[in-house]
Amino acid sequence: MIIRVNGEEKYFKDGFTIEDVLNELKIKPEGMAVDLNRGIIPKRLYNNTMLKDGDTVEIVKMTGGG
Amino acid sequence: MSDALKIGKRVFRSRLMVGTGKYPTNEVMKKALEASGAEVVTVAVRRVNLDRTGESLLDHIDLKRYTLLPNTAGCYTAEDAIRTARLAREALETELVKLEVLGDEKTLFPDNEALLQAVKVLVKEGFTILPYTNDDPIMAKKLEDAGCAAVMPLAAPIGSGLGIRNPHNIRIILETIKVPVIVDAGVGTASDAAIAMELGCHGILMNTGIAGAKDPVSMARAMNLAVEAGRLAYLAGRIPKKLYATASSPITGLIG
Repeated sequence: MIIRVNGEEKYFKDGFTIEDVLNELKIKPEGMAVDLNRGIIPKRLYNNTMLKDGDTVEIVKMTGGG
Repeated sequence: MSDALKIGKRVFRSRLMVGTGKYPTNEVMKKALEASGAEVVTVAVRRVNLDRTGESLLDHIDLKRYTLLPNTAGCYTAEDAIRTARLAREALETELVKLEVLGDEKTLFPDNEALLQAVKVLVKEGFTILPYTNDDPIMAKKLEDAGCAAVMPLAAPIGSGLGIRNPHNIRIILETIKVPVIVDAGVGTASDAAIAMELGCHGILMNTGIAGAKDPVSMARAMNLAVEAGRLAYLAGRIPKKLYATASSPITGLIG
């Protein structure tokens, strides 16, 4: 399936959860947040939120700013 | 803690808040944060770079020492600012937010109408909101009435270093509202910070003034001292300004 992650189209195996995607991208869950199709997904739901073809995911973290 | 800064349920000794953007290196940022004496540091919410997922700003900030204040910088609509604030809360487990809704790319002045809309939504969700706004007393009152924990009028455009452009408006804001007034943006050097604090502002938030200085660590120390000096001078109560001289030495007992 194709998922749009942070503006880039990425291929993942069908049935992947948010947790699987984070693992594959080597992103640790500390200090970050995930938005799926413009809705925030709480961390406790990462392992049972399955993605589907065409989903849009935003993965954010903190960067320097004022 | 006799002269503490209270924002919502939090209490701080330092009245200087600093940003984490634009430092030449993370090491310089770390030293500058330390020299500033700040307890509150701002951070921005951005997409993870998928090619460099291992990098983390938070590895360079001592989270036991500093309270993180995530911002909604770069948001031009209430909707984007609300979404960014919620993402920050999820990422950092904090209800604090420096709420910015920008109205124009050239000036980075706030869109106060959209800001107020965002405040009304986020207050209901339990956020402790520090809104970036103009030096407009009417807007400051509206933000206070809507439930903001502080109001952060700009001194001058973000990153301009122009200092306090309208000290009279800042004074009126201080007379108008009860929540802390934190000057945010436009402070260029130590005297600007001291002037803001001498007016009676409760604190200052700055980033470029420190990060963009030739020596950010020394400037951070200068700002630390200026904020403290300005606060003390405000509490001490300055003498009135007069046109003519008043002798400091006795005018009696002069030799004949």
